[in-house]
Amino acid sequence: MAYMKTRIAGVLAATSLAAGAANAGDVEVLHWWTSGGEAAALNVLKQDLESQGIGWQDMPVAGGGGEQAMTVLRARVTAGNAPTAVQMLGFDILDWAKEGALADLNEIAAQEGWDAVVPEALQAFARHDGKWISAPVNVHSTNWVWANKAVLDANGISVPQTWDEFMAAVETLAAAGVTPIAQGGQAWQEATVFDAVAMSAGGPDFYKAAFIDLDEGALGSDTMKEAFDRMAFIRANVDENFSGRDWNLATAMVINGEAGFQMMGDWAKGEFLNAGKVPGTDFLCFRFPGTQAQVTFNADQFAMFDQGGSVSKEQAALASAILSPSFQSAFNVVKGSVPARTDVSDEAFDACGKQGMKDLAAAASSGNLFGSMAHGHAAPASVKNAVYDVVTAHFNGEYDSATAVQELVDAVSIAK
Amino acid sequence: MAAMQQESAIRTSNAARVLIYLLLLLFAFFYLLPLFVMGVNSVKPLSEITGGNMMALPEIWTLEPWRKAWSEAQVGVQATGLKPYFWNSIKMVVPAVFISTVLGALNGYVLTKWRFRGDTILFGLMLFACFIPFQIVLIPMARVLGIFGLAGTTWGLVLVHVVYGIGFTTLYFRNYYAAFPTELVRAAQIDGAGFFQIFWRIMLPSSGPIIVVSVIWQFTNIWNDFLFGASFADFSSQPMTVALNNLVQSSTGVKEYNVHFAGAILAALPTLLVYIVAGRFFVRGLMAGSVKG
Amino acid sequence: MAAPVDADFRTRLQVWLPKLVLSPSLAMALVFVYGFILFTVYLSFTDSRILPSFGWVGFENYFKLFRLRHWEIAVTNMGVFAVLYMLICTAIGLTLAIFFDQKIRGEGVLRPIYLYPMALSFIVTGTAWKWMLDPGIGLENTMHALGWESFAFDWIKNRNYAIYTVVLAAVWQTSGFVMAMFLAGLRGIDNEILKAAQIDGASNWNLYRRIIIPQLRPAFLSAFVILAHLAIKTYDLVIALTGGGPGRATELPATFMYSYTFTRNQMGIGAASATIMLMTIAAIMIPYLYSELRERK
Repeated sequence: MAYMKTRIAGVLAATSLAAGAANAGDVEVLHWWTSGGEAAALNVLKQDLESQGIGWQDMPVAGGGGEQAMTVLRARVTAGNAPTAVQMLGFDILDWAKEGALADLNEIAAQEGWDAVVPEALQAFARHDGKWISAPVNVHSTNWVWANKAVLDANGISVPQTWDEFMAAVETLAAAGVTPIAQGGQAWQEATVFDAVAMSAGGPDFYKAAFIDLDEGALGSDTMKEAFDRMAFIRANVDENFSGRDWNLATAMVINGEAGFQMMGDWAKGEFLNAGKVPGTDFLCFRFPGTQAQVTFNADQFAMFDQGGSVSKEQAALASAILSPSFQSAFNVVKGSVPARTDVSDEAFDACGKQGMKDLAAAASSGNLFGSMAHGHAAPASVKNAVYDVVTAHFNGEYDSATAVQELVDAVSIAK
Repeated sequence: MAAMQQESAIRTSNAARVLIYLLLLLFAFFYLLPLFVMGVNSVKPLSEITGGNMMALPEIWTLEPWRKAWSEAQVGVQATGLKPYFWNSIKMVVPAVFISTVLGALNGYVLTKWRFRGDTILFGLMLFACFIPFQIVLIPMARVLGIFGLAGTTWGLVLVHVVYGIGFTTLYFRNYYAAFPTELVRAAQIDGAGFFQIFWRIMLPSSGPIIVVSVIWQFTNIWNDFLFGASFADFSSQPMTVALNNLVQSSTGVKEYNVHFAGAILAALPTLLVYIVAGRFFVRGLMAGSVKG
Repeated sequence: MAAPVDADFRTRLQVWLPKLVLSPSLAMALVFVYGFILFTVYLSFTDSRILPSFGWVGFENYFKLFRLRHWEIAVTNMGVFAVLYMLICTAIGLTLAIFFDQKIRGEGVLRPIYLYPMALSFIVTGTAWKWMLDPGIGLENTMHALGWESFAFDWIKNRNYAIYTVVLAAVWQTSGFVMAMFLAGLRGIDNEILKAAQIDGASNWNLYRRIIIPQLRPAFLSAFVILAHLAIKTYDLVIALTGGGPGRATELPATFMYSYTFTRNQMGIGAASATIMLMTIAAIMIPYLYSELRERK
C-alpha cells in the first residue's frame, strides 16, 4: 500500500503539470448529467463561474448512473490528466480520498460554515480524515412511493401506512385488473425497492446492522428472509414485461393509469411534472409504508481533484457556487431532489419537494437518515453490487427467499 | 479479380429460383427491420411513440427530431447537439485509418516479399493482438498515454486505434500480397529498384481492392468505438459515439426516443455511406485477399 | 532516394530496411499487447481494487472467482452463445452466399442490405433491438395489433431464453459479413472443374457437397477467426440489449470482467477473469495460427 501511495503521488504530480498546461482559470468538469432538465440546471453553475471569469470545460459521460464516468475517471487519473472537478457518489468519494487524490476544501468550508448546515449523515461522505473533500449538490431520497391518485380513488384506496395496508391495496388493484406495481427490471431498481422493504421489515436498527455494518447475523437473519418474502410479494404483483424496463417507462405506467404504484427515488417526480401532472391532485408521493420516519438517501457531490497540494482558486469558487443557497434551490427544484443544506427556503418547491425537505430535516435531527444501499451510500461498490446480484437473482426467480438469505451472506463476505 | 465477372456454372430450376428469391427477400426484411424501426420513429412526434405502435408509420411527419439531434439536443451542459462531436470523430478517424493502412501495407509487403527467418512467428505475434479484449488494456494504456503526454488528445486516440488495428490491416495485406507474383519483385530488384521504389511503383498500384477492405474495416471499427473514445478523450476531443451515448443514456428526465433514433442514424451515416459506396469493392477485395487462406 | 551512396552501405541498408520497416509495428505489439497482458496477469495475483496496487495475494483472486456463481453463469452463457452464434452465422452466411451464386438479379441492391449491420455499433442499434424484442411494445404487440392474438415472443424477458435474443441480434450484425466472405470464396472457384462434374451428371447438391464446399476451407477458417474473436469480445451488445439481465441471465465473461474491474472496484478479480479469458483465446487461436502459418511456408 505504501508503494501505492507514492505511485498516486507521482500521478498527481503529473496531474498538476497537465493542469498547468491547460488554461489557467478554467475548470474541467466530469459529470453524467446530460438529460435536458439537469443539464440546464447545471448550466446555471457554469454561468455563475463564467461571471467570475472562470471558464467551464464540459466533460459529460453518461451511462449506468455514473458507472461509465467512473471508468473514465480511473483512466484519466492513471494518465495523470484528472479533471478538475468530478461528479461522484458516496463511497467512490471516500475511496478516492483514501488514495489521497482529493483536494482539501476545509478553508472554504470554514468560511461558509458548511459544518452547521449540511446534515451529519451526508457529511460522512463529504469529509475524510477531518477534511472536507467534496461539495454536495443535493440529497435524493429513495424510499418514496409514487401513485396515480385517480386509480387509487377509483378503487377506494387511501394512502397505505403499513405493510399490511399496502398489501391490501395491492390486492385490491390486482382484483380490479390494474397492474398494482410498475417496476423497472434493472438490478439497481430492484435494489432500490429492496432498501425500502428491508427498512420497513426490520426498522432502522436492522437496516444499519445489515447494510451499513454488514453484520453477518443481520444479513442472515429471519428478518432478512421476511424482507425477501415481501420482495416476492411485490414481484408477484408486477406485470410480466418488467425485465429490462427503464425506470421512466415504469413511471409512465403510473402516469397513464396503467399501474397504481411505483417505488422509486424522488427523480421520478420530474416525469410526472413533465407530463403536466400536479402533485396532490393527479399523483401522490408518500414514504414507503413503514418507513415514514426514515429517509434513505443518496447525494450527488462534486469532488475536487488535488492540483498539486492545495485547492485552486477556481475549485474553491466552484465549491462555493455549488453550496450557495440560490443554486441549491434552483438546481433541486428541477432535479426533484432536495438541497444538501437544511437552511434553504422551500418556497420554490412543490408539495412533494416541500415534504421531502421537511422529512430530511426531521430524519437528520432524529438520527433516522441513512445512506441508501442501492445507491452506494451504505457500503462500498463491491458490496453494493454483490447485494444487487442476490436481489436481482431472487426477484427474477433464480433463488427462493431462504436461498437468497444464504447467498446474501456469502456474496457480501466475498465482496468485503 | 477478374473472377468477379465470372458467372457461376451452376444451373437451377425455376421453382428453386422462386424459393431462393423469397428467402433472399425474407432475409433482407430481417436485416432492414431495425433500421426501419429507427427511421420511422425518428420522424414521429414523441407522443406518437410513447402512446402508439413502434412499427406504425407516423401520423404526423416531422424532421424536428433530426434537427434537434444535430444541433440542439442536450449532450452536455450546453445544448450543442451532435454537431461538434462529429468533427472530433473525423479528426480522429482519418489519420488513424490512414496510418494503420499504410503500416499494414508495409508490413504485408515485408512479410511476403522480404521474408527472413522467423517472420511467420512475428506475424503470428502481431495477429494475436487482434484478439485482446479491449477492456483489459484501459488502465495500462492510460498510463502510457500519460507518460507520452498524449492523454486526452486526439493524437492519443489515433495512437490507440493504430496499435489495435494494425493486426487486422497486416493480416489483410499479407494475404493479398501473398498471391502477388514474387517474380515481379525479384525482377525489379535486379533492375536496381530499392525497397520503397518497388512498394510504391509495383505493389501499391495493384492494391486497390485490399486497400478498400482495410479502410472499410478500420473506418467502421474506429468510428464505432466507444470505450477508448470515452476513456482517453477529454472535453475537447470526445468523439461522436460518446456524445450519442450521452444523448441516449441520460439517466434521469424524459427520454426523447425520436431524437435518440435520429441521433443514432446521424452517428451511423458515415459508416453506412462507406459501406454503400464501397461495398461493391468490399467483396472483391475480400475475394482477392483475406479469404485466400 | 537513389542517390549515389557507397554501394556497400546501400546493400546493407536494403538488407536491414524490411526489418526496420516492420519494427515499429512489432514494438507496438510487444508493449501494447504482450506487455499489457503480462501486466494484467500480474494484477490478477495482487490485491488491486480501485487502482492497480502491488500487494501479492497469490491465487486468492482465482479462488474467489471460482466461488462466484456470477462467473459460472458468465462462462456457461459464453459456451451457449459462442457455439450458437458461430454455427448460425456460418450457416446463414454460407446459404446466402450460395443463393447469390445462382445469378441473382438485384444482387447489387441486396448485398449492401445484408452487409450494413456490420457498419453499425450497438450503441446505435441497441435501442431498436430492445424495442423490437420487448413483448409490450415490439413484435409481439404489433402481431397482436394485426390480429394474431396468440403470437408470443417474450424471450428477452425470460431468464431461460434471454441469451438466445443476444444470439439473434449478434447474428443479425455479422451474418452478412460472413456471407461476403463465403461469396468471395465462391467467386474464386474454378468453373472448369464444375462444368466437368456437370457433364459427368453430378446434381447441384452433390456439386456443392463434394466439390465447392471443400474448396471453401480458407473462407471457413477466416470466418472462424472473425467470429471467434467477435464472440469473445461481445460486450456492448449485451449492455445495450439486456444489461446482463433478466437478473444476470445474459452475463458474459467480457461484461463480468468490466463490471468487476471498473464498477465493483475489485480489479484483482477482474484481472483474474481477464487472464482466464486470454488463456481460452490462446488455447483456441494458437493451434489455429500454427496450422495456418505452417502450411503457407
